[in-house]
Amino acid sequence: MTVPAQQIKFYQTGSFAVGNRLLDLEDRSVQADTDRANALTSGHRACQGCGEALGARYALDAAMRATQGQMVAVNATGCLEVFSTPYPQTSWQIPWIHSLFGNAPAVATGVAAALKAKGRTDVRVIGQGGDGGTVDIGFACLSGMFERNDDVLFICYDNEAYMNTGVQRSGATPPAARTMTTQAVGPEPGNAFGQGKNVPLIALAHEIPYVATATVAELHDLEYKVRRAMEFRGARYIHVMVPCPLGWGSAACDTIRVARLAKESGLFPVFEAEDGEVTGVVKIRRQVPVEEYLRLQGRYAHLFGDPPRTDVIARIQAMADRNIRRFGLVE
Amino acid sequence: MDKPFAITLDVGSSKANKTGAWRTERPVYADRMPPCNQACPAGENIQRWLYLAEDGSYESAWRELMADNPFPAIMGRVCYHPCQTACNRARLDESVGINSVERFLGDEAIRQGWTVPVTAEPTGKRIMVVGAGPAGLSAAYHLTLMGHAVTVMDSGAYAGGMMRFGIPRYRLPRDILSAEIQRILDMGVTLELGHTVTNLPAALRHFDAAFLAVGAHIGRRAYIPAGDAARILDAVSMLRGMEGGVPCLGRRVVVYGGGNTAMDAARTARRLGATDTVVVYRRTRDRMPAHDFEVEEAIEEGVTMKWLSTITHADGERVTVEKMRLDETGFPQPTGEFEELAADTVVLALGQQADLTLLQGLPGVDFEDGVVKVGDNLMTGYPGVFAGGDMVPAERTVTVAVGHGKKAARHIDAWLRGTTYRPAPRPAPAAFDILNPWYYSDAPATVRSTLELARRTSTFDEVQSGLDESSALFEARRCLSCGNCFECDNCFGVCPDNAVIKLGAGERYAIDLDYCKGCGLCAAECPCGAITMQAEQT
Ligand SMILES: Cc1cc2nc3c(=O)[nH]c(=O)nc-3n(C[C@H](O)[C@H](O)[C@H](O)COP(=O)(O)OP(=O)(O)OC[C@H]3O[C@@H](n4cnc5c(N)ncnc54)[C@H](O)[C@@H]3O)c2cc1C
Ligand SMILES: Cc1ncc(C[n+]2csc(CCOP(=O)(O)OP(=O)(O)O)c2C)c(N)n1
Ligand code: SF4
Ligand code: SF4
Ligand code: SF4
Ligand SMILES: [Mg+2]
Repeated sequence: MTVPAQQIKFYQTGSFAVGNRLLDLEDRSVQADTDRANALTSGHRACQGCGEALGARYALDAAMRATQGQMVAVNATGCLEVFSTPYPQTSWQIPWIHSLFGNAPAVATGVAAALKAKGRTDVRVIGQGGDGGTVDIGFACLSGMFERNDDVLFICYDNEAYMNTGVQRSGATPPAARTMTTQAVGPEPGNAFGQGKNVPLIALAHEIPYVATATVAELHDLEYKVRRAMEFRGARYIHVMVPCPLGWGSAACDTIRVARLAKESGLFPVFEAEDGEVTGVVKIRRQVPVEEYLRLQGRYAHLFGDPPRTDVIARIQAMADRNIRRFGLVE
Repeated sequence: MDKPFAITLDVGSSKANKTGAWRTERPVYADRMPPCNQACPAGENIQRWLYLAEDGSYESAWRELMADNPFPAIMGRVCYHPCQTACNRARLDESVGINSVERFLGDEAIRQGWTVPVTAEPTGKRIMVVGAGPAGLSAAYHLTLMGHAVTVMDSGAYAGGMMRFGIPRYRLPRDILSAEIQRILDMGVTLELGHTVTNLPAALRHFDAAFLAVGAHIGRRAYIPAGDAARILDAVSMLRGMEGGVPCLGRRVVVYGGGNTAMDAARTARRLGATDTVVVYRRTRDRMPAHDFEVEEAIEEGVTMKWLSTITHADGERVTVEKMRLDETGFPQPTGEFEELAADTVVLALGQQADLTLLQGLPGVDFEDGVVKVGDNLMTGYPGVFAGGDMVPAERTVTVAVGHGKKAARHIDAWLRGTTYRPAPRPAPAAFDILNPWYYSDAPATVRSTLELARRTSTFDEVQSGLDESSALFEARRCLSCGNCFECDNCFGVCPDNAVIKLGAGERYAIDLDYCKGCGLCAAECPCGAITMQAEQT
């Protein structure tokens, strides 16, 4: 039986830090281990402080441990693919194939089918991509993979826009955010309210065995969810929030902080669900107004001009408040 | 090899791509000065010994503590712990119970009989220490560790100074005091009790250097018009009397003054059977120099407080008290309103003065406000004669005295070698704002239990008890390790470029500059602020 990360009780750090010399080895994170797989190794060309590079290593190292190295990853086009594999180099230290931008879930399904045909169901399959590849162009393949309950864990690294091609809006771009295609002009600057899709909830509606959200700010929780996902067969989905310093206009050193504030403000609810039912939420530990989250990011700078757009900030706060009510994020 | 168009490298790992070249800033591990260490008058490396205690290495923790302060068990009882006032954890929930862990370590050492070996080669130098209070004993301890031969002289019948003849037993049990003093004597310190030094120039002839630590023992008097039958004592004499027998105070005792000594006198009077003990103080409670906890404990024990009052007359049965009011400058002014209190004894607790007659005839020594002037190196105007503790201008506490003893030992040692002792420069402070407190679990402080009230007013049993092992461990683990790496693996984990190398337990980490892009995530996510970002030279 796997224990949720939050149950580790330790009085200095340990529940939250990567490791701790005082904790038993099995209570430390995979990342604390010098023998971690380093699925995505040094020399990659991701920007300084890239949340996606970090999130991918966190998730895949956890998956490598959970599967004892018996796994293969299928990667959609996007930053993660481009910065890791400019020919003739690769940063991947796992079996890894690149699909197309829009078909990673289908290719993963095919890999799983092939492995099954060869009697190698001990090898587990992971599909992964950015939010564009998952929420938009790859969505039909993803929904089909869910609907057929194919034995694939699909991980979406959500940086809330098409970053690799220069920060265009995606179906995961939040309201009011400035992107190249949603400029901060006019009476409703930035991305529109009331559009876009919530793929974790759409996945949930498919009633697949396991759905979870996580952020790069809570490593123990993210690793737990990957481990837990690997305990199931069938379609599974993990949606990881990975801030992008370039696209969000945040400082490279603030990547984890920004992700933490997304969760602590209630804007990004962190939960898990089995067979269509929410089984756990990570409570907000130090609640903050959304303003603290928004202020760190250049893509919201237009909300803090003179005069500030308190009306828009209030609408974003209302979104957070709704999440808090809906998921019971506050004790 | 034939390579395709525009390809210059073999197919292989991206490790060939040294992304470190992108960097404009590099992370550097630094040990910064935690506020607790900064505040400790004895200069303890608190963060370090708490770190050692955290994994149950109590003996190592104790030895680390002993490097600066030979009295952990005493400190853990009487130190006013400015470290805890400064502790960063107070900004999260409550400060770390440094003092109670210190006491646990001190008591554990006594239980286990841990001792400190003297490993230095004898230097052949002889040093005289006058006064066996905390300053003198601390100097003797450190000088002995440096290989010098130390003789301590004290007029008293027992060593300890005000720790024995001032601080009451219910705060500092005498077996604890004796055990920690004996450990110093066992290191080879010569102690001459009942030896009052009067002629310093003569005494100095047998020694290469001297450390004076005679304290401040003369109770300050105030002129109070008094009838013949009035019984007026000073608090230090009264408390000193406790070590010989039981002073006769009567049933109604008035203590005059608002400092810690007044609280000790009043609480002692209660324990000696006084039914009414009243503290008379001319200002308000918030202006009392006594620490809050002492005032509270005194009130709990039935001592009553009369603030804004002065004593104008005393006779055998009563004292007359005049009410005061504070003027705009906060100074108490008489009101002309009087009141009478029944009193058998008046105890004056108005502060102490130093008796410096032993310095007469020593050329070059200067005095100021009744104490001896010393340089930054604690040397008096007479070469080779150093002084510390209550007899020099400083805060008068056991811990300050212990710190003076250590500091003087270092300067004396250097002076004897014809050099100058220069303390290492202090690292930059580890202020709260350099921490990333997200990572610390919530953990409110443990509370030390106190003796039941009935026994507090009838016996001299110790009021505050110590922590058991599990609570001491819990308390040690509450430390945030401000500014000093405690190996939480955060930097190793959060680097998107795998550019942090974990060197193994106790060895900390290094940065792989071939791949570090200088994003600063490791520095930002270090819980304790042990990493700084420094600009690359271009
Ligand atoms: C009642 C009371 C309670 C206190 N409580 C606390 C407390 O809880 N915490 C705290 O930190 N501080 C407390 N203090 C203050 C603390 O005790 C002193 O600051 C500290 O003891 C000073 O140390 P010292 O070594 O300078 O001098 P002392 O401790 O006063 O020691 C001086 C020694 O020198 C000896 N001596 C003096 N003249 C000569 C001479 N000519 N020849 C030989 N020997 C001589 C004396 O006999 C004495 O033993 C208290 C003080 C009092 C009075
Ligand atoms: C069919 C197709 N259309 C467009 C592209 C160009 N393209 C490459 S990556 C990318 C955006 C990727 O966005 P996302 O999936 O969010 O990943 P990110 O780069 O943000 O991590 C686009 C539009 C492509 N490769 N293929
Ligand atoms: S001696 Fe006092 S100030 Fe120093 S660590 Fe101990 S309790 Fe704190
Ligand atoms: S948390 Fe620890 S290191 Fe920081 S000030 Fe308090 S005792 Fe010192
Ligand atoms: S997190 Fe890594 S890349 Fe960023 S500054 Fe630290 S060592 Fe360098
Ligand atoms: Mg994206």
